[in-house]
Amino acid sequence: MAESSICIKIANLQAWYGESHVLHGVNLEVRQGEVMTLLGRNGSGRTTTLRAIMGLVDRRSGSVQIHGRESIGLAPHKIAWLGVGYCPEERGIFSSLSCEENLMLPPTLGPDGMSVAEIYELFPNLKERATSQGTRLSGGEQQMLAIARILRTGAKTLLLDEISEGLAPVIVQTLGRAIRMLRQRGYTIVLVEQNFRFAAPLADRFCVMEHGRIVQNFEAAQLQERMPVLHEFLGV
Amino acid sequence: MRNPSPYLVFSILALGLLIAPAIGLYPIMMMKLMCFALFACAFNLLIGFTGLLSFGHAMFLGTAGYAAGHAMKVWGFEPATGLLLGTSASALLGLIVGSLAIRRQGIYFAMITLALSQMVFFVLLQAPFTGGEDGLQGIPRGILLGFIDLSDDLVLYFFVVAIFLAGYGAIYRIVNSPYGQILKAIRENEPRAISLGYDANRYKLLAFVLSAALSGLAGSMKALVLGFATLSDAYWHTSGEVVLMTLLGGMGTLLGPVVGAATIISIQNGLSDKVGSWVTVIMGVTFVACVILFRKGIVGEVADWLRRKNVPARASH
Amino acid sequence: MGVFDIPLQAWLGQILLGLVNGSFYAVLSLGLAVIFGLLNIVNFTHGAMYMFGAFCAWLALDWFGIGYWPSLLITPVVVGLFGMLIERTLLKRLYALDHLYGLLLTFGLALIVEGVFREYFGVSGHPYAAPEALTGATNLGFMILPNYRAWVVLASLSLCLLTWLLIERTRVGAYLRAGTENAKLVQAFGVNVPLMITVTYGAGVALAALAGVLAAPITQVSPLMGSNLIIVVFAVVVIGGMGSIIGSIITGLGLGFIEGLTKVVYPEASSTVIFVIMALVLMVRPAGLFGKEA
Repeated sequence: MAESSICIKIANLQAWYGESHVLHGVNLEVRQGEVMTLLGRNGSGRTTTLRAIMGLVDRRSGSVQIHGRESIGLAPHKIAWLGVGYCPEERGIFSSLSCEENLMLPPTLGPDGMSVAEIYELFPNLKERATSQGTRLSGGEQQMLAIARILRTGAKTLLLDEISEGLAPVIVQTLGRAIRMLRQRGYTIVLVEQNFRFAAPLADRFCVMEHGRIVQNFEAAQLQERMPVLHEFLGV
Repeated sequence: MRNPSPYLVFSILALGLLIAPAIGLYPIMMMKLMCFALFACAFNLLIGFTGLLSFGHAMFLGTAGYAAGHAMKVWGFEPATGLLLGTSASALLGLIVGSLAIRRQGIYFAMITLALSQMVFFVLLQAPFTGGEDGLQGIPRGILLGFIDLSDDLVLYFFVVAIFLAGYGAIYRIVNSPYGQILKAIRENEPRAISLGYDANRYKLLAFVLSAALSGLAGSMKALVLGFATLSDAYWHTSGEVVLMTLLGGMGTLLGPVVGAATIISIQNGLSDKVGSWVTVIMGVTFVACVILFRKGIVGEVADWLRRKNVPARASH
Repeated sequence: MGVFDIPLQAWLGQILLGLVNGSFYAVLSLGLAVIFGLLNIVNFTHGAMYMFGAFCAWLALDWFGIGYWPSLLITPVVVGLFGMLIERTLLKRLYALDHLYGLLLTFGLALIVEGVFREYFGVSGHPYAAPEALTGATNLGFMILPNYRAWVVLASLSLCLLTWLLIERTRVGAYLRAGTENAKLVQAFGVNVPLMITVTYGAGVALAALAGVLAAPITQVSPLMGSNLIIVVFAVVVIGGMGSIIGSIITGLGLGFIEGLTKVVYPEASSTVIFVIMALVLMVRPAGLFGKEA
């Protein structure tokens, strides 16, 4: 396989919420164009890792390089402008905006964002519900909206937190198709997932977190032989 | 050195007050100080120990002053009865205002108390028996309980010391009683206190009434000492002053409001002839400085400093 | 012609004045609501900024000969910049703290501004003449309509409407609404939220200053004009709730109208009627007439 460049390079990342020390030195490299899934038990620090990359934690130290640029000292809005899109675990759909306003809210960060037409083709429900109040959408629709709006921006590096959580199997399938399509287009995706069955077929690389550190890091090809270790860490 | 015990603090305070005239501090000034100190302590019961910021406490100070003054001047009651009537008037007002204000939380609570206090101000301004802009003048010292003549400043002084220490002690008892513990629980986590079965609103209302009553006691005392009650006592500036005294001295500490009141009154006395409207500016600057830099207040910072001296240095991890 | 032995002209005159006051209540409570929504601070300084605006207009005339119409544009900009400075240097430090500290800080700032103006300009009011074009009155048949007061009501309502349009129908307004709900997430999308907060505060106080310029020819320009007003505006906000823009406008105007009526029917109560209504609303509907919050 050709040597691909590093999209996100994390070295000794530590993060705190108030007094609480959550990340104890995360070391991680996410290659350009790969889908990496971040696994681990609840409380292992997966969501915090994504938030720390975006600069949304109370305090962080270490090094986070995005496309070669050091971003540890940058404010969240500047990090977004490095082409990073973030889809939070709680989805974050705004109740004071309509579905369409939610979709159009994030500013355009780069040239190749999906057009609104393309998005509505991928997620037809959103077109139907365009004028509905954001929070009146069903859980599945809100999840689709949360992803759709960062696809619109042209961000090519996506941080997706638990996107399959609580969704009907049919919708989870749609999401899987969407991820595959994005990967084909060269997006770099970090997927935090509880649902191993959803993430496994999509990922190029698997990372497992425990107590705020990466404890396993291997490529998809090694999945079979690492299953026993995975069982141990995830209790799967 | 451990944090000094409250009894020790109280004794030093009492002793200091008792010998103050002997070391040359003017009784009238000291009495005025004690009135505001009690006022600030009463206010602190609400903000420091219950977590409710009232921006309208001046209404209790003012109403009590007028009520007590009227009782002593026009109806001829002796001072103890006058103080009682003033205190009761404020307590009643506190019950009415409190039951309205408690319906909202936090910021809204503060705004409601401010608005209602302004309403009281306008009522006092327009009411026939308050003397309007001139205020109520010529409130007599009277004969306490029929046999103690209060026209002597020194006699009045010791009476005021007694009342002040009684009020201070009462607040200490309230804060450290089971009721006070529940208030603390409500302040720190109201939903949880409610889930434990406590009717939070009732407890808060009682705290409000107690705070109003003690403020009324301070106001009545002030009217007795100075011989007059004016509208400025009920003006929102005075509400702001008592907030500042408590903030500067240390919210949530017992001694803080006393220290804060003493500081502010002394500064005001010292500067009043010289600086005119700059007093307002200085007050404002002090507010800003306290909020940005100095949130624990004087007593809070001192207590912190003492605590840090106690704890042996821990190895950093 | 009269109602209850009071001539119609007196009624309509007071009602118009009530609407004038009501439109100030609306503009100021609107500014308070916008600032509170995004910054979570109840801006006690708002009254002082209103006063500052009126003084800017008066001083512009007195010192530089700048008239009313230019002042309408210049004053909000000056005061808005001042507001942004306050936010950047002082208010920014409070966002992690309890909301009450915001109230305390802005209270202190209000005292500073009021004290400084009192020191230099005394407590009595300074007159400020209405512009030529708006002096005098128009005869409508059933009443004589003072031109300037009609202008004030129209201008204030237009301001409120413009603000509503800006917030509800533009992209920037969408950022503001979203930021009020979840500022961190909006920042994660690439919106410079800290800057938005600063500008919002500046815009909020600029609105107050503009109201001050509008008020200058009607009330005397005095350092005390803001503090009495802000307390009434607080009551308006408690009655209406800070959740909805339209709600703030309707409540402000409505209360001004009622206050005007009271002045005709029972003048002694006019300074307290709004507080009484507040007490009633608290008993019957504590969340406020349009309130969304508990």
